[in-house]
Amino acid sequence: MVVFGIGGWTGRAAASQTADMPHDHHDHDHAHALLPPDPALRVKALETVLTRKGLIDPAALEEIIDTYQNRIGPRNGARVVAMAWADPEFHRQLLEDATPVVADLGFFGRQGEHIVAVENTEDVHNMVVCTLCSCYPWPLLGIPPGWYKSDAYRARAVREPRKVLADFGVTLPKETSVRVWDSTAEMRYLVIPRRPEGTDGWSVDDLAALVTRDSMIGTGLAKLPTTPEAPAA
Amino acid sequence: MMTTTESGPASAPEPVFSEPWHAQVFAVTVHLNETGCFDWPEWAARFSKTLARNGLNKELDGGDDYFLAWLETLEKFMAETGRVPPDQAHAVKAAWEQAYLTTPHGAPVHLPADQSSISSTSA
Repeated sequence: MVVFGIGGWTGRAAASQTADMPHDHHDHDHAHALLPPDPALRVKALETVLTRKGLIDPAALEEIIDTYQNRIGPRNGARVVAMAWADPEFHRQLLEDATPVVADLGFFGRQGEHIVAVENTEDVHNMVVCTLCSCYPWPLLGIPPGWYKSDAYRARAVREPRKVLADFGVTLPKETSVRVWDSTAEMRYLVIPRRPEGTDGWSVDDLAALVTRDSMIGTGLAKLPTTPEAPAA
Repeated sequence: MMTTTESGPASAPEPVFSEPWHAQVFAVTVHLNETGCFDWPEWAARFSKTLARNGLNKELDGGDDYFLAWLETLEKFMAETGRVPPDQAHAVKAAWEQAYLTTPHGAPVHLPADQSSISSTSA
């Protein structure tokens, strides 16, 4: 198996014309014995032709990869959830129309999608899927995990959500109904998990540390406080 | 089978892209969308069709097969809209292969700068 380091030949600004070695920890003076995998070469070919036609800018590709690899991730969503837990007015606005509220925090959909916040309560547990492909609130959660994109999850989340939740180690009271939201290219959902008991007076930062990615997809719950004493706000 | 790994913001994250080409094909697509080549619902509709078609033969695990479907969708989309005709894509891919195979180990891999040399390389 050929292992390519992130930031290696595919991630460079000059990737359309120049590529670093995929295995540059060796410096022997011989030709490459190993080609990059076939799909990698197909991507390079697309990129080269599109760059030559002026349709893409390699520097912009690098920026996009850096953004999704390093700057966008579940911590964005966790902050939004924590703010909703801590601030009733923010909570109200978020549930009313999340798109402008999260945009104000700098989390806006580059693909023009709307964000909808759905809140878990004692009575309702929300869970998110994209049955057609893999639509996901990128600005808040980053790139979806592999399981979110799998046929198994996409098919089963709607058909047997409680069994899927059990696979994730989540068991809900029988009285709690499960509502499954099917994302689209235009509409992405963020689950506001239930706030754990014993967190009164916690700061947004401390609350955000309890909010997991899976809890914002609805396949997990927020973490419980590990110490009985709340940290200083 | 789904994994049940709990991975929140505070725990060690899974890699966002497990292969560099996954990141690259994702970025090319997002960039084309952002520069107005197509809107995202159009992309999602095409991609959904590919996933549905590929999922008929085997259960997709959301890993490599997911990005292979993504790449297949982008190639077809670019071919159908005339932006990257398949013969051009094949020629440039062959030129990259040739460049990799003939570049000494340790040196950056370059494509021949001249378009005509790409054609001759791939002929």
